[in-house]
Amino acid sequence: MIWNAFLIALREIRRNPVRAFLTVLGIIIGVAAVITMVTLGEAATRVVRSQISQLGSNLINVRPGMGFGPRSASAGVPSFTVGDVEAISSQIGGLVAVAPVSSTNLSTIYRQNARNTGIVGTTSDYFQINNWRIQEGRFFTDEDARIGNAVCVIGQTVVTNLFGTEDPIGRTIRIGKAACEVVGVLASKGQAGMGDQDDTIVVPITTLQRRLVGKTSTRNINLITLSAEEGSNSDALIAEIVSLMRQRRNLQANEDDNFNVFDTRQIAESLSASTQTMTALLASVAGVSLLVGGIGIMNIMLVSVTERTREIGVRLAIGARAREVLLQFLVEAMTLSSIGGGLGVLLALVLCAALANAIQMPYTFEVEINLVAFLFSTGVGVIFGFAPARRAARLDPIVALRHE
Amino acid sequence: MSEPASRSGALIELTGITKTYGKGDAAFKALRGVDLSIWRGEFVAIMGPSGSGKSTLMNLLGCLDQPTSGGYGYEGIRVETLDPDQRSLLRRHAFGFIFQGFNLLARTSALENVELPLIYRGVPRKERHALAAEALAAVGLPDKLRNTPAELSGGQQQRVAIARAIVTSPVTLFADEPTGNLDTRTTVEIMDLLTRLNERDGITILLVTHEDDVAEYAGRVVVVKDGLIETDRNNREARQRPNSWAANREKLDS
Repeated sequence: MIWNAFLIALREIRRNPVRAFLTVLGIIIGVAAVITMVTLGEAATRVVRSQISQLGSNLINVRPGMGFGPRSASAGVPSFTVGDVEAISSQIGGLVAVAPVSSTNLSTIYRQNARNTGIVGTTSDYFQINNWRIQEGRFFTDEDARIGNAVCVIGQTVVTNLFGTEDPIGRTIRIGKAACEVVGVLASKGQAGMGDQDDTIVVPITTLQRRLVGKTSTRNINLITLSAEEGSNSDALIAEIVSLMRQRRNLQANEDDNFNVFDTRQIAESLSASTQTMTALLASVAGVSLLVGGIGIMNIMLVSVTERTREIGVRLAIGARAREVLLQFLVEAMTLSSIGGGLGVLLALVLCAALANAIQMPYTFEVEINLVAFLFSTGVGVIFGFAPARRAARLDPIVALRHE
Repeated sequence: MSEPASRSGALIELTGITKTYGKGDAAFKALRGVDLSIWRGEFVAIMGPSGSGKSTLMNLLGCLDQPTSGGYGYEGIRVETLDPDQRSLLRRHAFGFIFQGFNLLARTSALENVELPLIYRGVPRKERHALAAEALAAVGLPDKLRNTPAELSGGQQQRVAIARAIVTSPVTLFADEPTGNLDTRTTVEIMDLLTRLNERDGITILLVTHEDDVAEYAGRVVVVKDGLIETDRNNREARQRPNSWAANREKLDS
């Protein structure tokens, strides 16, 4: 009986393909929108996650200042000292490496090319902690850092801007007040999301302080970056660091921290949570359009029942039972919306490919959301097809046959 | 409960049928106690002026409607006790209908129109095609299987409708003013076809008409007036009617 109803429904749809298409247009767009939003949202979340993992695994950063954002009271808050770095390194267990970071912006010049670049002064552990890989040349060594050799390792963006196609290894660039020899080029980490990570020059911290900036203060470390052992409890580790730093900075029990400690996992979690919220929001907006599509189907099915009243009369006269008429219209609505759902899935395939290509983002075909959106569209057909179908099934055969 | 149908051997047995529309003061008695017996193989014309109750009678006979009171036996089945679904099944398996307005499905081929009752019977696809093509051949349209109603003349459309009615080999064929929308010449063709179905295939035909010429084809003429049967006569001439096409040719020429 269901197969029969399906046959009759298909026949009805074939009888008026243009109207059928216009009817399901809402469903097509709704399904395609939902799938596209969720697929691209997932893709964006993955991109954010992979960028964060490139920052370094089990990375913990300790910065002076209170909290994030524009209201953070970092002005006047003391930076860290070499003693702080040594204290963390010696008193806190479970760490793989600790590196002080003193960063500043300085003008960099090579021949006729000049620009401002972020300079990072640190120790050789910095590269390991932050997942930097060398592309050419070498990292600077502990020896370089101890002596304060004028050497630097530069990122890809700096290579492009200062050297163009020239090989930078062994060349000398002027950074701030002194000249530095380029000993290594870093492998690219890519941009987007977190800003251009490749626009960086890394020098030994001693070199930065003594030669490039030309002033020596003990409180000149504005970031302590460290990596924890694989599988360590980062919450406990952070708590330990906080208590050590409070002690070293002579904070009373009633004073707030004038520094903050966070790890990449926290950043990863908060960022992917926000992209996921965005995705959910967009998907629900798209879901509303799916609902509107369902109303479109109900509308046309109601018109269809009125228009085909005589036909329903004929069907009843030749022996269709009320439930068969109900089933026919229900199956018709369902078939229509399923066809719409199917076309929507195809459209989403095209849209995802086109949009992902336009914004240069890799994405994967999400089986689940395609299935859910398709089944939802079928469900919409059942829900919105029911009222018109019941109206058709309740028709009196004589009245229906006389209908003009 | 008495079983008049089985006792008398009639196919259809109506006893004291009344039908009232509306309630109270606005009530209108369309039928006021009709007794009628119809035997298998009869060709009965039901006549009467508009408002006489002939259409109401036809709807009751065709199980499209229920009487207000009275009994309706069809081959011993107490029709007045059936629910709408059971009446649907009775129509599906025993009845065929043709209408004044043809009532074919638009934008649907003749073949698919004729297949429709077979779909409800659950006849498999191949057999359905064969039966429908056969029925269309029987009504003289073997070459119009693919045509939609819009591509057919009125007479051809009514032939398709007749094919749809007979494709299930019904016991009884109900024809509600089948020639009302047709010209005289086509009327003759359709009536000849119905006569053949009655005489050759033994299908019992109940036909509502207000045209005397059309009623002349029937072997029995029942005239309804004011909700009662006024006359019920055998139409013996119908048996020896001259070759109807020739006879009507004269009418056309005159």
